Amino acid sequence: MISLSHYIVLGAVLFCIAVAGLFINRKNVIVLLMSIELMLLAVNTNFVAFSRFLGDVSGQVFVFFILTVAAAEAAIGLAILVLLFRNRSTINVADIDSMKG
Amino acid sequence: MNPQLFQLICFYAFGFVTVAAALAVITLRNTVHAVLALVLTFFSTACLWMLAEAEFLALALIVVYVGAVMVLFLFVVMMLDIDQEKMREGFVKFLPVGLVVAVVMLVEMLGLIGVRAMHAQLMGADPAAVAGLSNTAWLGMALYTKYLLPFEVAALILTVGVVAAVALTLRQRVASRYASASEQVKVKPGDRVRIVKMAATLPVEESPVPQQESKS
Amino acid sequence: MELSTSILLTIALAPLVGCVLAGFLGRFLGRAGSHTVTLLGVAISCALSFYVLYQLALGGAVAYNHNLYTWFQIGHFHASVGFMVDRLTAMMLVVVSFVSLLVHLYTIGYMRDDPGYTRFFSYISLFTFSMFMLVMSNNFLQLFFGWEAVGLVSYLLIGFWYKKPSAIFANLKAFLVNRVGDFGFLLGIAAVLYFLGTLDYATAFSAAPSLVGKTLQIAAGTHWDAATVICVLLFIGAMGKSAQVPLHVWLPDSMEGPTPISALIHAATMVTAGIFMVARMSPLFELSQSALSFIMVIGATTALFTGMVGIVQNDIKRVIAYSTLSQLGYMTVALGVSAYSGAVYHLMTHAFFKALLFLGAGSVIIAMHHEQDMRYMGGLRKYMPITWITMWIGSLALCGVPFFSGFYSKDAIIEAAGLSHRWGASYAYFCVMAGALVTGLYTFRQMYLTFHGKERFTVVASHGHDGHDDHGHHEPGVLAHAPKESPWVVTVPLVLLAIPSLLIGYLTVGPMLFGNWFGSAIHVNAANNVLAEMGKEFHGPLSMALHGLSPFGPFGLVLLAFAIQTYIYLFNPAMAGKIKSALKPLWTVLDRKYWFDDIYFAVFARGGVKLGRGLWKVGDAAMIDGAMVNGSVSLVHRVAAGTRRLQSGYLYHYAFAMILGLILLLGGYWLVGQ
Repeated sequence: MISLSHYIVLGAVLFCIAVAGLFINRKNVIVLLMSIELMLLAVNTNFVAFSRFLGDVSGQVFVFFILTVAAAEAAIGLAILVLLFRNRSTINVADIDSMKG
Repeated sequence: MNPQLFQLICFYAFGFVTVAAALAVITLRNTVHAVLALVLTFFSTACLWMLAEAEFLALALIVVYVGAVMVLFLFVVMMLDIDQEKMREGFVKFLPVGLVVAVVMLVEMLGLIGVRAMHAQLMGADPAAVAGLSNTAWLGMALYTKYLLPFEVAALILTVGVVAAVALTLRQRVASRYASASEQVKVKPGDRVRIVKMAATLPVEESPVPQQESKS
Repeated sequence: MELSTSILLTIALAPLVGCVLAGFLGRFLGRAGSHTVTLLGVAISCALSFYVLYQLALGGAVAYNHNLYTWFQIGHFHASVGFMVDRLTAMMLVVVSFVSLLVHLYTIGYMRDDPGYTRFFSYISLFTFSMFMLVMSNNFLQLFFGWEAVGLVSYLLIGFWYKKPSAIFANLKAFLVNRVGDFGFLLGIAAVLYFLGTLDYATAFSAAPSLVGKTLQIAAGTHWDAATVICVLLFIGAMGKSAQVPLHVWLPDSMEGPTPISALIHAATMVTAGIFMVARMSPLFELSQSALSFIMVIGATTALFTGMVGIVQNDIKRVIAYSTLSQLGYMTVALGVSAYSGAVYHLMTHAFFKALLFLGAGSVIIAMHHEQDMRYMGGLRKYMPITWITMWIGSLALCGVPFFSGFYSKDAIIEAAGLSHRWGASYAYFCVMAGALVTGLYTFRQMYLTFHGKERFTVVASHGHDGHDDHGHHEPGVLAHAPKESPWVVTVPLVLLAIPSLLIGYLTVGPMLFGNWFGSAIHVNAANNVLAEMGKEFHGPLSMALHGLSPFGPFGLVLLAFAIQTYIYLFNPAMAGKIKSALKPLWTVLDRKYWFDDIYFAVFARGGVKLGRGLWKVGDAAMIDGAMVNGSVSLVHRVAAGTRRLQSGYLYHYAFAMILGLILLLGGYWLVGQ
């Protein structure tokens, strides 16, 4: 029997993998973006599971919106990435520190 | 076979693939491979959602995400000339930190969720089926009535995303030359050719008085 | 029949009109114009004051008490300007306006050559107005207004010669010492408002019995009797204004002002405001035996010890100033033994003879070309007979020689102190008795030094052209021309003041002291009423004076003083020096005025400067500038520098911070959830 905790634990594991990904790939912006996609996926999984469990449609509606925003985010993020590469010839995060205080 | 047991087996199978692919995403050396692993992650997650009878979202994930967003990722990764080796710097160095953080967070999350307590929380009947609808219809009913305004806003956000992406990457090359058809059509002879009237010959007159030296 | 409001308003406002005209338009009016308008204003007030007194005393008019104008209103509290005119007020009005009028007249002669002539007239008219407001007030707030206004004018007039550093010092000192008293006074008024809920005299006095048994918790665990607190606080105000020990230090220094001012303000009227105030508030003071004891002891101390200082003074005005202190002490003793009528009565007689003495001293000073040191006088009686005779009348009245006005008031006070059973009454009795001897000693010394004996000055005819030009820079004891009697504007006031100094006691002692002349204006509990007790023995002023001739009483002490001083100064002038060296320690104590000034200077002035410097260095420079202003800036700077380092600009640092926060948040929830 699949229970709620199956999905939630899976979501937690996915999320933690994404966090670890943020740490170990701290230079590659593309992998960082992909880690963020993973995090969103983990959250979406939780939404789906709870929607099913509670019989409430709102959870799935939320997943829908998150997918929308994530797609827009990915598009703009990649656009920025392209622009960045074009101007600085690198996507190394360590080289991008012009926000330094 | 007991369908419920089958579902459980399926869950574990897809869950295992998902976690493995996710690990691959963050560890693979080649970014292209990482993106492909992410595609796999999405795909298997879509299967898990299917198990939870969220068919519309599972399909949307595959179609929209795998079909569009991931392809965009692939495209960008392949287009950019990335120094793979340099990107791997600090991988080993930060691996322990990342692991510790991830494990601590996982432990905390699981502790917070209370896995054991929730283990008894079995999934109920499919609410869409209870309502006598398909999952898509069930979702659509909510989306186009109760959530109509957010839905429109989401459309707007996507539009803005598209415009922004284009605006960011659009490059106007000052040096590039191109032909403008409308200007070519509108052109008049006067714009291109200047007719200058000239005498046939120009007599060279000798100056009878020599120039004074002191003038300069 | 009631008094006319317009008459009362005219009394109060006529001097103000004179003041404004002389003060603002003095340049156009000129000297003669200025003194005419002010003199006219005060003359009108004086005439109307006599009329009011006549109405109240003989015309059967009832006491007047009405609010005329609402000054301001705060919530349920109305501050009004109003007049309360009963016989007490009327008597004060007459005394103030009469002395003021004579002083105006006298000033014409005294200040003849002073550049600040019109300013001076403006000030004294303003003073007269303020004093009227003070005595005519029907509420505490207007009283306080008058109180402060007379203080202001006093300040202005002590420093009238504002180019003289000693005058500036003296007026600052007077101002500051009076602030101490005023602080107490203001607290007293606040306490009245707090306990009685009103500042109107009539309402407050009728509510006064409700104070009995009420207590005030000033410090934790202490219960102070409300009436005592109110009375002592109000009396502290009186101590400042009426120069009682230890707030007396300003009065001798105030002699830096012009002599007419010394006569009017610092002897006859303003300094008696405290006495008047306590007498006016007798219904309150009667409630507290302890406050009255306090008043009596302070007064007795002032009466004896300041008088003793007068014995060693050489400045003719300072002798009279210390005599004023001493006489104010007598009045205060009278208040302290509940003989309010006695105090007010002495106030009146004292006003006449002390103004006379001051104006006489001023006349001498004019004759001596502004030399005030008695050691350079002597034998003046043949040069200025009118001044000499009138001064003797004033002196005998001051000493309390029977039949003179001072006798009736002073003897009554001494006797009242003897009869009182209040705590400290025996001390007070001793002080006022010894004070009679001391009074005689300094008075006769002053008279002998000034008018009798050898001339200790030399007249050098070639020395100067006009005596008035050279005051201040001639050698002591050298005069440009022989002293001569002062002009009529100076002597007429002397004569006019000599008459009441001689007679007023004889004429009024019966009704004012022992009759019920003040009526309800002064309230005395039957148990405390020493004057009523004395009244049983009273058989007319003549028999009282004859009884006072007994050598076994104050008069005997005066005779003793007369004998001593006559012997020393007329027959054996070398004695003075011998006595001085024989009693060197005592002489030093008196000459240093018990070191009051030195202590105040060391403690308050130096301490104030040190405190101010400390507050400046520590409080302002270190705390506010250093710690708060610059400190906050540098704190922000340091915090900013620290946080700036957090802003590395690296994305993963921010991401790491977020994740760290998430971990902490989760951990926190987990712990709370457990």
